[in-house]
Amino acid sequence: MSMINYASREINCKIVYYGPGLCGKTTNLEYIYEKVAPNTRGKLISLATETERTLFFDFLPVDLGSIRGFKTRFHLYTVPGQVYYNASRKLILKGVDGVVFVADSQVERLDANVESMHNLYENLAEYGLDLREIPFVIQYNKRDLPNISSIQELETQLNPDRVEYHEAVGTRGIGVFDTLKAVSKLVIKSLS
Amino acid sequence: MAGGAASWSFEERDFHRIERLLQSFLYESSARCALLVDRAGQLVATVGEQPEFDSVAFASLAAADFSANDQLASMIGETEFSSLFHQGERESMYLADVARRVILVVLFDNRTTLGMVRVKVKAVVRELSEIFREMFERHAASQSRLHLETAFVDEAEDEIDRLFGDL
Repeated sequence: MSMINYASREINCKIVYYGPGLCGKTTNLEYIYEKVAPNTRGKLISLATETERTLFFDFLPVDLGSIRGFKTRFHLYTVPGQVYYNASRKLILKGVDGVVFVADSQVERLDANVESMHNLYENLAEYGLDLREIPFVIQYNKRDLPNISSIQELETQLNPDRVEYHEAVGTRGIGVFDTLKAVSKLVIKSLS
Repeated sequence: MAGGAASWSFEERDFHRIERLLQSFLYESSARCALLVDRAGQLVATVGEQPEFDSVAFASLAAADFSANDQLASMIGETEFSSLFHQGERESMYLADVARRVILVVLFDNRTTLGMVRVKVKAVVRELSEIFREMFERHAASQSRLHLETAFVDEAEDEIDRLFGDL
């Protein structure tokens, strides 16, 4: 969870983008990196395979600037989506303050979304965390593709608690900042 | 480490105690710089020569490195690797666990030796562990999560809208 550093007057919050393989988690971070002003973000670190699949994580720090004397920063992480990287996924969730679940809207990825969501619940439970009690937002990505499930279907399968969701087309940046805005506000509220 | 790093605060007086301790450690070991990183990947403090690299990114990678090695340890039947060493041609780094919550990262060059750093780290980790344990107990005793004032939340929300609003 977040740490308030009174010595360096900093508050850092950790937000993790979760979801099945190839759902667009890294694309979200790349778009954010590209669009925010260079002086408000750090380097985008990607630990990826030669074929650009996330191997361990992507990391992007985004500075909110100084809020009432505290330098406030969001640390954005992605996890590797492929099923067999679960050990790495679990490590990245350590100390998480907020979660974005990026779902792949394509019909044939529905099962992969459901499996990844279960995996998220399980991995958080190992840290004593419950998704219903931490800031959590869902992004339904790839809404521009022809073979997609309806929002109603996705909501039924993935969002029984009806948390906030955003439709997105990550490759064009649609919905990327709406999602980030939503989760970062929830994280900030959770600190009060 | 069940529970991960719970919310906690790092006070100025804690920093001064730790700074004094690490400064004398750097003097005795002839290492260049010591960084404290929490297990979630956040930089807690830097003492000694200020690093020229991006220390925020460095902290996230150091925590990931340590966590991955922790898992490797458990796979071969160890409870942990309490320290790690990475050797470079000119610069090397030594990482050590502090109270299962924080990682001490020491950067050193050929002005000293691994043996010297290792011996001195062992001693300083004992003292650091004591300080961090005290800090966590103090926080647990207050029996509450950290709370920021409402004005902070309002201002932060405005800033989020300003920063991400038109993108």
